[in-house]
Amino acid sequence: MALVERGAFRVDHDQLSTDPLDGVQERSNILSLRIDESRLASHRARRHFEESAILWVLRAAALISVLATIGIVAVLVSQSIGFFQEEICVLNEGEPIKPCEPGVNGTLTHVGIVDFLTGTKWSPLFKPYREVGQSFGVLPLVTGTFLVAAVAGVVSLTLGIGAAIFLSEYAPENVRRVIKPILEVLAGIPTVVYGYFALLTLGPALRLVIGDDNLGTFSALSAGLVMGIMIMPMVTTLSEDAMISVPRSLRDAAFALGATRFEVATKVVVPAALSGIVSSFILAVSRAVGETMIVYLAAGGRPILTFNPLEAVQAMTAFIVNVALGDTPHGEIEYYTIFVVGLLLFLITLVMNIAGRWVVQHFRQQYE
Amino acid sequence: MALRSQSSTRKTYRLARDNVFAGLFAGSVIIGVLVLAWLLIEVFIDSVGWLDWQFLSSYSSRHPDQAGVLAPIAGTFWIIILTALMTVPVGIATAVYLEEFAPNNRVTRLIQLNISNLAGVPSVVYGLLGLAIFVQYLFDGQRSLLAGALTLSLLVMPIVIIASQEAIRAVPPSYRDAAYAMGATRWQVVKMVVLPQAFPSMMSGIILAMSRAIGETAPILVVSSLVFITYVPTSPFDRFTVLPLQIVSWVSQPQDDFRHIAAAAIIILLIMLLSMNAAAIYIRAKFQRRAEY
Repeated sequence: MALVERGAFRVDHDQLSTDPLDGVQERSNILSLRIDESRLASHRARRHFEESAILWVLRAAALISVLATIGIVAVLVSQSIGFFQEEICVLNEGEPIKPCEPGVNGTLTHVGIVDFLTGTKWSPLFKPYREVGQSFGVLPLVTGTFLVAAVAGVVSLTLGIGAAIFLSEYAPENVRRVIKPILEVLAGIPTVVYGYFALLTLGPALRLVIGDDNLGTFSALSAGLVMGIMIMPMVTTLSEDAMISVPRSLRDAAFALGATRFEVATKVVVPAALSGIVSSFILAVSRAVGETMIVYLAAGGRPILTFNPLEAVQAMTAFIVNVALGDTPHGEIEYYTIFVVGLLLFLITLVMNIAGRWVVQHFRQQYE
Repeated sequence: MALRSQSSTRKTYRLARDNVFAGLFAGSVIIGVLVLAWLLIEVFIDSVGWLDWQFLSSYSSRHPDQAGVLAPIAGTFWIIILTALMTVPVGIATAVYLEEFAPNNRVTRLIQLNISNLAGVPSVVYGLLGLAIFVQYLFDGQRSLLAGALTLSLLVMPIVIIASQEAIRAVPPSYRDAAYAMGATRWQVVKMVVLPQAFPSMMSGIILAMSRAIGETAPILVVSSLVFITYVPTSPFDRFTVLPLQIVSWVSQPQDDFRHIAAAAIIILLIMLLSMNAAAIYIRAKFQRRAEY
């Protein structure tokens, strides 16, 4: 035995290093005093190869998600550069409204980034009098988006936090077990169905209440209300998670002082869970900003600068879909507009998502 | 005496306020539930009398009473199968890498951060990516099934990765330790211990991600555009439509009858989603029961 260990076991000792199973096999082989060294070596080599091959395959898979991000940024940025490089003809001061010809009654120019971001008129598709009517000020789309998101934010904040307090502070376990799946269903309904509901059901119902003169077929209000219902489960779930992680002892202390459930909820639980609640709200509004089908179907297609939720507005996402559905030829400035609007949308939601996570990480109460 | 009555009115007030707000908080839940009920009832009433065999077996038409959803149903199945084929292996592999193989360093944290940021990118932006890279660049302007499925794959990839990661994380470390103690290599531990254990809850997460893909409209709308399709696609390079697109095009029609077939199509879409969700819940429940032993 000692002889075998000295003689045979040492042979491959350096190759055994990380692989305990081989050691086991080898030891048993040693006991039977039969070692097929070449077979062992090839077995080990195969396993070693397999391990490293698998690792490379997995690394490649993980790389795909990184490539997706790079792809998104590259596409949006490169096409946006195309947008800002495209030449457009602008009528000279005082010229009568006629098709614009460079050198005759107009000059060739680019859309400036500042003009794009601060311009209050958006009509990139003004085809019949294109040279006269094209304007590239994105503000109406931005205000349209945020008008709808604001309505949705108010609805989802009040309903969502109310529901979260109810579920975490008031509801008995069996009620929670019924309510939570229903909220999940609400969150799982496709947005196109919500669009149908906003346009064909809620819109007409609102017109009955407010009056046909005050509210048209399309409005920021009906889109925003439905969107608020859509993102409410998100606010509820995330806020409730934050509330539930507030320790029992804090509540018990307040109850022991004679506080009612309402006082415990508003003076102990909500302040303690505030970072989670704020973060859920930011993330939900970011969802609302990026939401497409509800605003496309129900908010309308007129890019006007307004803060009146009763009016029809065009959101950034709705504009993108609208142009993508048309026959805008690849390579014209109208085609580039959807990418520059997409880039703006991407940046806005990215900032909101980062802010939402940052709030939780930096203001979370730690209980031990 | 005066003090006591003051404190007792104060107490009555506080108790009343507690009860009123209990009602208000419960009310916010009830509003959510009622709106859901209203939506479902409305869709159901709108579709009554329109959802029949003729509707299921016909192609779209200018006449609402002759129109059907054969092409969009076929397109939806095509899309979901192609998307799953591309997303599931890559998604699981990424999750396995991040949970079992990746070193805990800056690069890994960056990949993880990147995945959670991808999950927050608006879906229509994925549509722009698909339009520029897959349609214009890869397929030379062809708006094919494959371009749509590639776009959706990227969209649901973060969801699949995150769900798979959670499933893998739920496998107790002691299982891995036991396997390592037997001399298994990393990949053997993953292949023989982690993946089989995590499989059911992974599947349920993946099915939910796919049900998200079925209902997703905006990116497909950008990639595929609204087209009038009167055939069942036979290859991944065919043009296509899916149920959500068909619903959009019918909802946008002014004539009232189209609203009814839109509702009928919504019912079919909801049934598909419901059965996928039921499958996910069933798999999860079965798994939990087994884990008790």
